[in-house]
Parts: sequence; C-alpha cells; structure tokens
Amino acid sequence: MKILVCIKQVPDTAEVKLDPKTNTLIRDGVPSIINRDDKSGLEAALQIREKLNDGTTVSVVSMGPPQADVALREALAMGADDAYLVSGREFGGSDTYATATIIAAALKEIGFDLVITGRQAIDGDTAQVGPQIAEQLHIPQVSYAEDLKLGEDGKSIIVKRQFEDKAHVLKVQLPCLITAIQELREPRYMNVGKLVDAYNSEVKVIGFDDLKDKLNPDWIGIKGSPTNVVKSFTKQARAAGEVLTDLTPEQAADAIVAKLVERHLI
Amino acid sequence: MDFTLDKPHQLMETLFRNFAETEIAPIAKDMDEAEQYDMELLQKMQRYGFFGIPYSKEYGGQGADELAYTQCMEEVSKVDGSTGITISVHTSLCCSCINSYGTEEQKQKFLRPLVDGSKIGCFGLTEPGAGSDVQGAQTVAVEDGDDYVITGSKIFTTNSGFADTCVVFALTDRSVPASKGLTAFIVDLKEMPGIDISDNIERMGIRAASNCIVSYDNVRVPKDRILGKLNGGFKIAMNALNNGRIGIAAQSVGLAQGALDNAIEYAKERKQFGKPITKFQNTQFQIAEMQTKIEAARMMVRRAAVAADNGENIAVKAAEAKLFASDVANQVTRYAVQMMGGYGYCREYPVERAMRDAKITEIYEGTSEVMKMIISGAKLK
Amino acid sequence: MSKDIYVIAEQRDGVVQKVTMELIGIANELAQDLGQEVYAVLLGDKIEDQAKECFEYGAKHVILIDNPVLKEYTTEPYAKAVYNLIKAKDPNIVLFGASSIGRDIAPRVAGRVHTGLTADCTGLAIDKSDTEDKGLLRMTRPAFGGNIMATILIRKYRPQMATVRPGVMPLPKRNPGATGTIEKFDAGISEADMNVEILEVVQNEEKPVDITNAKVLISGGRGVGGPEGYEPLRELAKEFNGGEVSSSRIGVDSGWIEKARQVGQTGKTVRPDLYMACGISGAIQHLAGMEDSEYIIAINKDESCPMMQLADLGVVGDLKKVVPAVTEKIRAYKKSQEV
Repeated sequence: MKILVCIKQVPDTAEVKLDPKTNTLIRDGVPSIINRDDKSGLEAALQIREKLNDGTTVSVVSMGPPQADVALREALAMGADDAYLVSGREFGGSDTYATATIIAAALKEIGFDLVITGRQAIDGDTAQVGPQIAEQLHIPQVSYAEDLKLGEDGKSIIVKRQFEDKAHVLKVQLPCLITAIQELREPRYMNVGKLVDAYNSEVKVIGFDDLKDKLNPDWIGIKGSPTNVVKSFTKQARAAGEVLTDLTPEQAADAIVAKLVERHLI
Repeated sequence: MDFTLDKPHQLMETLFRNFAETEIAPIAKDMDEAEQYDMELLQKMQRYGFFGIPYSKEYGGQGADELAYTQCMEEVSKVDGSTGITISVHTSLCCSCINSYGTEEQKQKFLRPLVDGSKIGCFGLTEPGAGSDVQGAQTVAVEDGDDYVITGSKIFTTNSGFADTCVVFALTDRSVPASKGLTAFIVDLKEMPGIDISDNIERMGIRAASNCIVSYDNVRVPKDRILGKLNGGFKIAMNALNNGRIGIAAQSVGLAQGALDNAIEYAKERKQFGKPITKFQNTQFQIAEMQTKIEAARMMVRRAAVAADNGENIAVKAAEAKLFASDVANQVTRYAVQMMGGYGYCREYPVERAMRDAKITEIYEGTSEVMKMIISGAKLK
Repeated sequence: MSKDIYVIAEQRDGVVQKVTMELIGIANELAQDLGQEVYAVLLGDKIEDQAKECFEYGAKHVILIDNPVLKEYTTEPYAKAVYNLIKAKDPNIVLFGASSIGRDIAPRVAGRVHTGLTADCTGLAIDKSDTEDKGLLRMTRPAFGGNIMATILIRKYRPQMATVRPGVMPLPKRNPGATGTIEKFDAGISEADMNVEILEVVQNEEKPVDITNAKVLISGGRGVGGPEGYEPLRELAKEFNGGEVSSSRIGVDSGWIEKARQVGQTGKTVRPDLYMACGISGAIQHLAGMEDSEYIIAINKDESCPMMQLADLGVVGDLKKVVPAVTEKIRAYKKSQEV
C-alpha cells in the first residue's frame, strides 16, 4: 500500500506574542513546526506501515516555500520513506481551493492508496484543504478522525469520526482521504539515526512544470483563487482595565467581590 | 570559521530539546529523590538512538558526530544531570574504547548491541585507592590457560547497576608502572560469575545515575576479550577520558543554562521592593555575566567536538573545555540558587538539584586540577 | 442572476442546532441589505417538524430535503444534495455552521461547485461601498491563532459560501407561532451515494458541557498546576447562576480537564457576562476565544502577562489563595443579603 501524508509547516502560534504597544504580531524568532494535526496523521500512517510490514510505504508531501524543506526532513527523521516538496512561484497566494487543486495534482502524480492530512492548520485554521483535495481526487473523505485501523479485507479503513456530541465508526473503501485530529495519535520523536539519513536523502521538488498536464493554470495561485482577501488587520485592543498589585489574598478577594456586586454578577 | 549550526544539527537540537523537555524534565525530580534511574526512560532513549550517536551505522550506530553528541548532552543536562552522565559514560567511555581499539570481531560482537540501543555500557577504571593517580591501581588480571582471571574492585562505576557490558582495566604486569602494565578487558557484567555490584553509592548530586562498587572475585575472562594490546590499557583509558571530557563539558553547559533559564523564569514573576527582581540592575548584570560565560563555555565545547570530528588530537582542547565549563556550571548554578533566594534552596524548584549535580563536573573524568596539569603540560612542553 | 441566502440547517438526531438559529439571524440582516430572501435548508430523515423552529427564529422559507439516507450525517449524500440544490436554485450566498459537520460538507460542496468558501467566519456584512464590490458579502475571519483578522470577498464565483463560527452571531429573538413556506426538494440522492458504511454510532456517555452557553466562566490555566487545581474553581463557579469551569489549552493538553471545556482558537469561542481567568497568561489563541466576554477578571502572579493587559480588572496574586477567598467572600455577601 502507498500512503501519502500531507504536512504543512506552520509558525508555532503558541510562541507568537503581541507587541503591547502596536498590537501587532511579533513574528521574529517564532519557530516553524509541523502542524500538530498533520503530525498525528503521520504517526498513524507510520503505525499502519509497521503493522502491515509488507512493503507499505509512507511518503510525505508538503506544499510551501523552499524553507518547508526542514519540515519534510523532520518527517523523514520520524520515519517517513520519502518526501516531496510542492513548490513554485505559480502556486503563491493560493486559497484553499487553489491549494487543493495543486496538491491533488501532485498526489495524482505521485500515486496513492490512502491519503492522510491534518484536519486543519494552526495558522489558517480553515480545515478546508483536506476535503477539497478529496473532492478534486473524486475519492471519499472521512474528516475529524480520532482513531483508525486498516479493515480486515486490507482494502478499507475503519475510522472513528468525531462529532461534538457523538462519534461514528465508519468503514470506507480505499482509495480515500482521512483528516486527522491531534488526538488520533501521539507522534513519535525524531530518531537520531533517521535524522542523519534524512539529510543524506533527497527531497523531491514538484514544480509547476511537473504538473502542467494535470493543472489548469487558471485555477491556481492568487489569480485562480475564488476568494480574495481584501483587508487584513489586527484586532482592536480592549480599553485598558485596572491592575491591582501588592494586595493580600483577602484584599484581592474584596476588590473582586466589590466589582461583582457593582456589575450585578452576584 | 562558521559559528552557526548547520541544518542537520539545528534539527538535532530540536529533537534533543523536545525529548528532554517532554520526557525527562517531568520525572527528573522524582528520579533524583528515589536515587534511581527510570528504566522506561532509559529504554525510550535507546530506541530513539541516544546511546549510539557518534558511531558508524556500519556497527549499528546512529551515524551522527561528536558535535551532535554534545548537543544531546547539553539538552538532556539542562533538565537532568543524571541523564547526561548516564549517556556520557556509555557513549564516550565504554563505546569509544571498543570503537577505537576493538577488532572487527569485537566491534560486531560488543559495540553493535551497545550503539544500536540493545545494551548499556560502563567503564571500570577508578579504584578506592586510585583516582587521579592511576598508578595506585590494585585490580589484577592473571593469565590462566585461555583466560585471564580478574580480582579487585572498582568504585564509582557509573551505570554499573544496570549495565550489560563493562570495559574494565586491570594490571597484567605488576613489575612495571600501571601506565605500562594495565590491560583493558570487555566483561559481561550480568553474566560472568564472580562479579558483585554494590547498592547505589549515596551521593550529593547526579543521584539518579547508577554509581556502584563493582567487585571482581576471580572473574574468568577469555583472552579474546582483551581490548587492544596486552599491557596497552593505559593509553586506551586516557584516550577514552579525553573523549569523555567533551561530554562532561557539554553536560556542564547544559546544567548552567538550565539553571539560569529556570531562575530567570522565576525572577520575572518574583517581586521584591515593589518590582520584579529582573528590573533590578544587579540582577540584570548578573544574568548578563552568567549568560556570557555559558556562551563562552559552549563555544569551547563545540570547538573541541568539531576538532574530534576532524580527527585532531583533542586532549588539550577537551581539557580546556571541561576546566572552564565545569567552573561555569558551578558558578552559574550557585548564582541561580542565590537569585531565587529561599525558593532556590527549596527542592520544589530544579535549581538546587542543578547546583548539587554541577559539583561533580569538576571532579569526574579528571578533576579540574588534572585538567590544569594537562593544559599547562602542553604549554610548558 | 444568483439570488437569496441559503442557510444549511444543522440537525443532530433530528433536532436543529443553535448555530442554525444564529445563522438565520445574521442571514436576515444580510437579506435586508440585499433585498433578498432567507431560505433555511433542512436535510434529514423525517424532520419536517423542525421547520417550525426555523420559522420561529426568523426564516420565511424552508426547503426540505427529506430522505432516509440523511438520517445520520455522512459526507457524500449531504454534499450531493446541497450541490444539486445549488445547481437548481443558484443562490447568492450559502451559509453553514463551522461545526464538525459544516466544516466537512462545505469545502466538499464548494469544491464541486467551484466557488470560494471562507472558513470559520466571525463577521458577515454586505459591502455598501461605491466600488464594484458593492453588494458583495464581506466575510471576516480570524487567522494566525486569532491575531489577524482578514476580510474576504468572493468576486467571480457564486454562490458566496462561508462557514460561521458557532456562538459568535447573536441568537435572534424567538417569535412563537411564526410560520412560512415549505418547499420539498428532490435532491436526487439514494442509498447508492453512501460511500462510507456506518458500523456504529457512539454516543458520548455524559452529556457534554456546553461552555458557550455559560453566563459565567471560571477559567484555569497553567497556574492551577494540575487536575486538582480546578477544584477551587468549581467551588467558585457554583456560586454563580449558569457558572461553569473552563480551561486554557495547557489544562486540556496536560489531561487535567476535558476538551469540551477548552476556550480558544482550537477550543470554544465564548462571550459570557463574566470571564475570570485564573493563572492564564493569555496566549493569543486563548484570547481569541474569550476577548469578547462582557467583563474579564484576571488573577495571575505575572503582572506583565497579556491577560492582565486585556482584563477589566487584574489582580496580581496567587490564584490558589485568592480564588478560595473570593468564594468565601461571595458566600458571606450572599448571607448578608438574606432577610
């Protein structure tokens, strides 16, 4: 079986701080990481491969700038068999539809039986690319996977699909696309020896020219994106409140209760 | 000259740091209190390749280098000094002897399981009567047919409580000084009759590490277990210690940086005289001095590691790095406790542990005084 | 020309969900600006009775797609039904709730229709400028962990599609007895469209807490220190009507408290009357989920942390001491008010 895992390199938004003076993001020095949901999906793929132990391979695919190379090396260091970077000037500015169009073409080029993506990326938070890739590939999707295993027939996947109030246990035939949530699997660390190998192997770059037979150039990049960002801004800060220091716990509690009474909260 | 880490080493740092913060830091205090290393953690580190970092894949190692090994030592020691020494003794003392002096057969048989993560190694040189002065060694190995029979005892053998393989040094010619009559043997600590391992020696720091007295009572060791030449053990031991010192220097840097980072985190919240103590210039200046020293020590460690990777003679560079870094570790951890005041002294916070752990870096694998002998010896030659 | 606003109603076990009412509310505002109509689209099995809910919350029209394959939500039959409806009716705007259902079906449908879709919107408005964008739907959403807001248009494609975050749009006033038109639509779906097989439906054992409905949230972060650290917070929450305990991500990731209580970009968005942040430093993703709260109190040792900056009242101190003291004082106050 050939498993493709889509990963995205994202800024670690937990490390992003706001400049209190300008209320803008301080992006300098924010580390780049593999999106957490994607990493969980990669772990699930690696576990399937280890369980089958029949020559099944796990490939990782990432669309992004050349710097995303390090995310792919990290995936190799965790145990992925090979890595592909989908990268090109023509792809810049793509929205979710255009991104899915490009990735779907790349996945077709590579070939697959099972595609695993993360549910959503922590920088964009759309959760749209996975389902839109599945749509473009004309394969079934199961999103929000919190558990999965290979069906006994070897040709299907049994997925526990999470909803807010319940879960479905679904059986879906291969080929299909699964979107993983963070809870799906606890990802392993990189392995020292595999990290060494990761930098001795090649990350294959897939550019526009490699996909041009499979891609409609009018449907990709900023021009091919159905959505247009017209404005982006940082949220307005709330009016500054009052900060009380050097109080005993008793005094602090009195101050809080006084406000609660004043605002009719008790 | 390039002082930045290349991409593979940057990723190495991420690996070791993530692992240390997530897996080691949460249990380091408990291990210290229990004076026992967590075997599950040990096995996990073996699986991820922490016990064979600078060794060739040809022998089952990880195929990385000395620089990556020092990164590992620094990152794990930031959160736990005991983990540092556990990896260090295995890697730089035990494995390096077999890697440098073992025959092809010995490497396949003994080095492979050590560096592929199946077995743990230790190193038996120090004796109750022979520390810095190896000449005082008493442990002997007497030829008997196809075997040598070892009798004597070794103290402070790190990892001996759970190790499988030990490179032990014994006198095979008592008519000459130890430097000419010492031989290295590879022994199976768990299997060979006549070996007795004491309880963990009660210590001030690195308390989670295993550190015991190993007694040899007529232990029969086949001749094919001799490492290197008969009576050539002294050189093997010195070479191993040169290697080991880079690791200890890296451990020192980790202990210092971990303690300083912890103290700063605390100081940002701690208020005295109406403001966080980080707002006082005294605190700021002390932090600056401490960080500068740590940075200098780190550069010396990396210089020695890169020299080792380039195959240079590292004896002096390693001694300088260890002399300086271990001093920095003691200064910084002591200061970190001071900066935190009474809370720094409390076991609730990890800095007192780092301070206790730091002391040994000036003692083991050659005391600071021995380092000075090596450095001045080279200078005055 | 594309016309009207379609709200894809979300039903679970035959009951229309609150997010649908919120969508009807905002859709009505947009429709007024456009001079168009709002249609609630009900998909399910024997769910005609739910049309009443839609009417009472402001929908004038309901399109009913009633089919046994729609009993439990699965992607393909739902996506195909909505796709066929869009093809048949050519709506101007289609809105979904940004739930685990809406965020599954909407991208699939948008991909099939080949139109734009904006995820997880927190603001919707009609462009009233004098530019060629006039009359377009302005969709505003948070990105980058909630720090950057982006306004997005779909200029060249129709319908304009969006998923809308639950709990953000105000719930419209219910108008009991309101009615409207019901149109039954044959979406052309059948059992053959089921490309997944439901082996089992696992109901959550406990009824999950819905912190988005809470009037008061006592929220704990890293500072609570462990699972037992939430206990004093629970005690305090009990002193309020509609008080609940919530958490920042650290508490959930550390396994101290259940995921359903997580506030923030990857958790729930809340806007209670009172949000009391105890030992929460205020990572931006967390702030994104609670900064619209009516009144915010922060208790933290660190005076300089972002939550302190945000809060209406910040108290520098140890939550482990302050929180129990507040509980005691509230009890004393209540007692003093008894006659």
